[in-house]
Amino acid sequence: MKRKTYLLIALILFLLLLPAFAGKYLLYMTIHILILSVFALGFNLLLGYTGLLSFGQAGFFAVGAYASAKILLVVPSLLLGTIIGTITGGIVALILGYLCIRHTRIYFSMLTLSFGMMVYSLAWKWREVTGGDDGLVGIPRAPLEIPGIFSINMNPMENYYYFVLIVSIMAIFFIYRIVNSPFGLTLKGIRDSENRVAFAGVSIRAYRLLSFVIAGLYAGLAGSFLPPLENTVTPPIAHWTHSAEPVMVTLLGGIHTFSGPIVGSILFYIIKDIIVRFTQYWLIVFGSIVILLVLVFRGGVVIFFSEKILPLIKRR
Amino acid sequence: MQELLRTEKLKKYFGVVSAADNVDLTIEKGVLTSIIGPNGAGKTTLINLLTGNILPDSGRVFFNNEEITHLPTHKRVKKGICRSFQIMNIFSKLSVYENLQIPVFSLFNRSLSFFHPLSRHTDVNERVEKLLREIGLFDKKDLLAGTLSHGDQRLLEIALAMAPEPNLLFLDEPTAGMNPVERVKVLENIRRLSKEKQSTFVIVEHDMDIVFSLSDRIVVLHRGQILADGPPDQIKQNEDVRKVYLGEEILWEKI
Repeated sequence: MKRKTYLLIALILFLLLLPAFAGKYLLYMTIHILILSVFALGFNLLLGYTGLLSFGQAGFFAVGAYASAKILLVVPSLLLGTIIGTITGGIVALILGYLCIRHTRIYFSMLTLSFGMMVYSLAWKWREVTGGDDGLVGIPRAPLEIPGIFSINMNPMENYYYFVLIVSIMAIFFIYRIVNSPFGLTLKGIRDSENRVAFAGVSIRAYRLLSFVIAGLYAGLAGSFLPPLENTVTPPIAHWTHSAEPVMVTLLGGIHTFSGPIVGSILFYIIKDIIVRFTQYWLIVFGSIVILLVLVFRGGVVIFFSEKILPLIKRR
Repeated sequence: MQELLRTEKLKKYFGVVSAADNVDLTIEKGVLTSIIGPNGAGKTTLINLLTGNILPDSGRVFFNNEEITHLPTHKRVKKGICRSFQIMNIFSKLSVYENLQIPVFSLFNRSLSFFHPLSRHTDVNERVEKLLREIGLFDKKDLLAGTLSHGDQRLLEIALAMAPEPNLLFLDEPTAGMNPVERVKVLENIRRLSKEKQSTFVIVEHDMDIVFSLSDRIVVLHRGQILADGPPDQIKQNEDVRKVYLGEEILWEKI
């Protein structure tokens, strides 16, 4: 237990000090890892804890991104954009989730996939609002400010990095508390045996919906980090291949460990970054590597290291 | 005697098979009732109808004189009805302790608490530990429920059904597949709780020894209908019941 705490403190210190020695590109990559981590952690509340595999999370991610972009184009306030983006992701998840959680397993997955693709076609066709295939361009990296109290310029990459880092750590801490609370335990119960949970006096549908909305909020938050970073939003972020990213990284890291999605996200970007240097068909290579890793590291990389490698080191 | 649950002309058909055919049944407070009948008589269906797992084609169910015919399961539990399952229905990937925490948190209306860690809820945990001691699983509280022996899993199943402190508790074949020692443990628990607590037990059981030694009242189901209803002595003499169990005389010889 203690070792874990030290490791965590060291990791946070490392992330805080990163801008001191890392270049712009590394910061940019780290922001992307943080975005994917938040995205995948929300997704894993559904998969790992509630037992629902959603294939439509990119829909909520895109809703968050577009909402935040729209706000930033009108009101240059980073905080407002992030909050509105997050909440919009949650609201859309509430509406679509109400329909999706009536089913489980493959039916649930297919419903979420279809709704996700509906968001994609909306982003593609609703030109007046989304800009169609051009997307929204010229989104400013607005300053972080509360008028009259403070204002921080977000144009330097380090500043924006710190913003994403701190908000992400808060979000990660929050979901850590959720999965270790009575609510989180009840979700695990639903995953294991929904009938038994109903006979504990718990409304399964309400709890599933709540879990879905939290995942939507996290997707929305992750999405709202993107427009200020890239200055554009385009429809591909709503595509189902983007929904597959949290699925992949979560499987890679491990669905039954809290840190699984984070470790998976880190691996995802490291592997991707290396392969892209050699071939533009990186997805084929990447897919093969993921298959290999999933087959070798049963239950995810985190479990593999904590249960197989760590005891080996200790024994010596 | 005070009436706890009442059904009026309860009907459920699966295709052309009647699983419940105009069942008028009253369950009284504090009377340990057993439901028996040959395979396919509709025992489990009746429990499913009363606990909300399935909805009836027609007829009504009242609990404490309040209609609950169409109430979803979790609301019935909050009103005071719970059950155990014939087929194992525990949280096999959670520890024994966590298994019991789920219903106890719900009993304390704290399942939605989402920020404080589980260990912070001391009152809930005390209750869980008390339950664990009652069923004799305290030493195994940290094991994953799925790794327990069959008998221990049955015990946990019953404990999970008792945890919400129901007024009316249905046990569907509570001792199925248990060894004699475990069986005695379970029966003692049921007898004790039936006496000292406010819970009323309704038991579906195949073991006639248990049924006749434990029950205050026996209801015999056959093809979805109530064939006989009365105290054990009366049921033992009943000719219709003997006919239904024809070919299963061994069961009756023992008594």
